[in-house]
Amino acid sequence: MHVTSPVRTPLVTGGKTYADVTEDICRHVEGKPTKEWKVAFGISLVVLVYGLACVLWTWWEGLGVWGLNKTVGWAWDITNFVWWVGIGHAGTLISAILLLFRQKWRTSINRAAEAMTIFAVLCAASFIVMHMGRPWLAYWALPLPNTFGSLWVNFNSPLVWDVFAISTYFSVSCLFWYVGLVPDLATIRDRAKNKVSKYIYGALALGWNGSARAWSRYEYISLILAGLSTPLVLSVHTIVSMDFATSVIPGWHTTIFPPYFVAGAIFSGFAMVQNLMLVTRVVYKLEDYITLEHIESMNKIITLTGSIVGVAYLTEFFIAWYSGVEYESYAFVNRATGPYWWAYWAMMTCNVISPQLFWSRSIRRSIKWTFFISVIVNIGMWFERFVIIVTSLHRDYIPSSWAMFSPTMFDIGDYIFSFGFFFTCFFLFSKYLPVVNMAEVKAVIKSSSEKLPKKVSGVAKGERVSVPSFNKDVQ
Amino acid sequence: MAESTGKFLVGVYDDDDVVLEAVGKVKKAGVKIHEVYSPFAIHGMDTAIGHPRTRIGIAAFMFGCTGLICGLVLIIWTMGFDWPMVIGGKDPISFPNYVPILFEMTVLFTAFGMTFTFFISNGFGPTVQPLLFDPRCTDNKFVMAIDLSKNKLSESEIAGVLKSSGAEEVSVKQV
Repeated sequence: MHVTSPVRTPLVTGGKTYADVTEDICRHVEGKPTKEWKVAFGISLVVLVYGLACVLWTWWEGLGVWGLNKTVGWAWDITNFVWWVGIGHAGTLISAILLLFRQKWRTSINRAAEAMTIFAVLCAASFIVMHMGRPWLAYWALPLPNTFGSLWVNFNSPLVWDVFAISTYFSVSCLFWYVGLVPDLATIRDRAKNKVSKYIYGALALGWNGSARAWSRYEYISLILAGLSTPLVLSVHTIVSMDFATSVIPGWHTTIFPPYFVAGAIFSGFAMVQNLMLVTRVVYKLEDYITLEHIESMNKIITLTGSIVGVAYLTEFFIAWYSGVEYESYAFVNRATGPYWWAYWAMMTCNVISPQLFWSRSIRRSIKWTFFISVIVNIGMWFERFVIIVTSLHRDYIPSSWAMFSPTMFDIGDYIFSFGFFFTCFFLFSKYLPVVNMAEVKAVIKSSSEKLPKKVSGVAKGERVSVPSFNKDVQ
Repeated sequence: MAESTGKFLVGVYDDDDVVLEAVGKVKKAGVKIHEVYSPFAIHGMDTAIGHPRTRIGIAAFMFGCTGLICGLVLIIWTMGFDWPMVIGGKDPISFPNYVPILFEMTVLFTAFGMTFTFFISNGFGPTVQPLLFDPRCTDNKFVMAIDLSKNKLSESEIAGVLKSSGAEEVSVKQV
């Protein structure tokens, strides 16, 4: 029974039928790679190769090629790790949390956002492996029986919690993404003309047949996976924040970190989703599926989480003064007025002012402003992690240990690697897999379409529904 | 009931509300439905047809308990018995520190266990060839399949019932 609400704005415009949805999305998967795709993919490959060369040199020569020193033991490596993990959280929020809140507008963006999560978490993991002095011993982070007595990992340490959290988050996100892909892969399999495509998509679709039994179990496990992923997303970034919060460093040792980091992660993640979706919808002509309503809803979430981050800044500042701990107060005075003041003020302008602009309806419904502000937010969030990590480390308790940090070309090159890797993966995904979840969009078409495609429960073809259909007998 | 002869009557519908109502009408006429295939999930379809409620939630819970217990055994044995150490001045087994890992293991086991159970219980796998009564069921049509050998009514009677319930096309398929 579908009730078309006269109050809610439509999520699918253009009078799309189910067949239109299939055609619009599958066309890009089935067609030959376009010139734009080849150029974009080529550029990301070049960036990846340059970045890979930097990463291999870092591995070969050792971490001395970075600008780290005894005082500042973590800088770009962990900044980039936290930045990428934060970006990844938006995908899970869109898939899982918006499903639990029954927000139908998630249906056209969730597949691409989840793919973004998977690639972002891979990039984050690459920094963890990179920052190990001996990455070939990375398996030492796992609790495996060994010949050192068995020497076990320290389960009390947030660094070990991170191992469990990030690997669980990555694998559960992959599962959730793949389960959602199966029905769409079956659609592509059934349309495939070429034998190789039919075989590959057929194998990936696992023999999906669209039976009611399969769908009911699918809905059930999607709900459970969403229910699991929600606390997962909250716990993963909480655990990442504990890497800092459980230390004794002034500026790190505060209890505001878990909610602050989680809100910040969702904030930067949605900004990245906006950047990706604004480009994808134009290139793939998906404006009828990823409408201005979707963009506006995402901007509202950016405003909300950006405001939470702003409140967290104020809280940190207040507690640093109220606690009377001179080291904590100095950490904040140093952030604002010390040698890294430019990073601090970049962070403040980008993160506090930019999301507040979305209170204006015309700005949050403007594509150019959305793109620009999303880029600003991503830059601001990178600076936030840099400020938290480097300014707290470079001047902590003992002044004789104070030192400066400046990045080398390999700090920067390894960061460039992560961009090359992310975009290469994303372009491969956007070419070979359907970027929109066709089955979910078809499921919301009747209740959220601008123009209904055909005769539905007494409503004439193409007419905009102005009363809920179950009330058609009531005058 | 006799073994299925593999002869099915297939009704193709254009609209999900129509097919959901049709299931009611077809069942009322005394026809036993084999299955309905759709390109997206139709709420209430499985109960309308009369499929038993899925027990995959119970399986998920069991997997979660397994994950939790495995995590507890791992941590308590390694930290408490095999090589106990005093870390941070606390007892070797300091439970609050283990909550994050126990939570992650619970979620990990639940997610993987439940998803693989889902694939196995549906009979899905990379080498499985799907039984599609009409390949448009993954595109834009809704397909109702009736197993003729499991029904007392004749083929023409059932075809009449399907047509009157709103089927666009009715055909016979031998699998």
